[in-house]
Amino acid sequence: MIALGDVGKRFANGTEALRGLSFTVEAGEFVSLLGPSGCGKSTALRLIAGLLAPDAGHIDYPGGKPEIGFVFQEPTLMPWTDALANVRLPLDLKGVARSHADGRAEAALTRVGLKGFEHAFPRELSGGMKMRVSIARALCSFTGAAQPKLLLLDEPFAALDEITRNALGDDLLRLWREDGLTVLFVTHSLSESSYLSQRVLVMTPRPGRIASDIALPVGRDSRLSAPTIEAQRAISDALGEAMAA
Amino acid sequence: MKRMLDIALPLVVAALVLGTWEWGVAHWQVPVYVLPAPSAIAHAFADNFTSLMASLFSTLTVTVEAFFAACILGIATAIAFSQSRLLERTFYPYAVVLQVTPVVAIAPLILIWVGFERINLALTIIATIVAFFPILAGATLGLKSADFNLIDLTRIYGASRLQTLWRVRLPTALPYLLSGMKTAGGLALIGAVVAEFVAGSGTATGLAWRIVESGNRLEIATLFAALALLAATGIAIFAGLSLLEWALLRRWHESAISNPS
Repeated sequence: MIALGDVGKRFANGTEALRGLSFTVEAGEFVSLLGPSGCGKSTALRLIAGLLAPDAGHIDYPGGKPEIGFVFQEPTLMPWTDALANVRLPLDLKGVARSHADGRAEAALTRVGLKGFEHAFPRELSGGMKMRVSIARALCSFTGAAQPKLLLLDEPFAALDEITRNALGDDLLRLWREDGLTVLFVTHSLSESSYLSQRVLVMTPRPGRIASDIALPVGRDSRLSAPTIEAQRAISDALGEAMAA
Repeated sequence: MKRMLDIALPLVVAALVLGTWEWGVAHWQVPVYVLPAPSAIAHAFADNFTSLMASLFSTLTVTVEAFFAACILGIATAIAFSQSRLLERTFYPYAVVLQVTPVVAIAPLILIWVGFERINLALTIIATIVAFFPILAGATLGLKSADFNLIDLTRIYGASRLQTLWRVRLPTALPYLLSGMKTAGGLALIGAVVAEFVAGSGTATGLAWRIVESGNRLEIATLFAALALLAATGIAIFAGLSLLEWALLRRWHESAISNPS
């Protein structure tokens, strides 16, 4: 689905965020991009979303350009309008007819557990609920049936408490399975990456590149299962090496 | 309860001031051409009701037209600035020059250029110049304050500049714009009054001219009545715009939501 080859990015202020970043993500995978703060994880995500252009290397989409849903660390909602209109934004921008768009937005809200909150304004919702609206909006980014669906998340649960974070993580896994999404999940949380993803890409400190690519065992069915704890140890070791290098 | 006090307290002060004023004028036998008693002003108001209302209408027409012209010009200029950084850097200094130059100083020129035969147009232009800047400043700041991530999101969804402007930038700018409009509403009235003063006798028919005329004739009670009418107009404009602000922002903006604590 995505292939990055030797991608480099330097900002105007001289900061070199990425150097020689290469990795691939297959269609239907759930991949975490794990690394310390400031290692260029978010920059990589923005490059893939097309918000930034790389200075070096190339980004390819072997299976055709996917439709992209993006979830930021902040819910990034429009405070002046209700949950339904927020979720509908991608459809509105793509010119989808209002009646059809409303139906899709309502369905997306129901799927993230916010049925009945269609007309609540962001300020009337809790932090976790706002993030659910943000995820529902990302679901509405996928309009074409034939196009591959790529969901990019930039530390989406970092500002939430652990209980809410776990619940949202489980919901995200459900949506990924049901919709056949490809998910690239940026995080600095070891336990989050080990529980959610099939593969963890560990990044080095700035300028960021991939230090290790860890495939996680299947059959992890809870946050405290033996395979999960095993996986966490492997990721932790890789992260330690990446930081020391 | 709090709301009751908000209304009751200023009213009590008004009653005390007016009462003392009425008593003081009678007690020290202040001549009516120096300071008329509130009752005399009320009489003057009633006696000149029709002509005062005609003057009010004249001033209000200039004010409202200038306010709307300033809104349209200010918002349009701010949108142009928001679309082109170059345009903003080139022309914003001139907007500031227009703002800092006292309007009394420009008014005679505008009156000459537009001509005394089109006095209302001249007055409206002068008042528009006064009211323009707060709208421009508010709208410019507001259009720049849009959430960067939200703008990025519209880019990911392939939005056009117009779509981003309409769906993200303009709603973000609304609270800033409304704040600018509240200032501009009062300034439009001040601009209209200043313009009338400069235009002087024979041409202007508004409240400001009534004040000049009453002063010349030592009809101080009528002068006070016109003054009170002007103040009331200013308050009404401010109250109307505050109401508009509340109606548009009450669902979402912190400024319009009363803190429950």
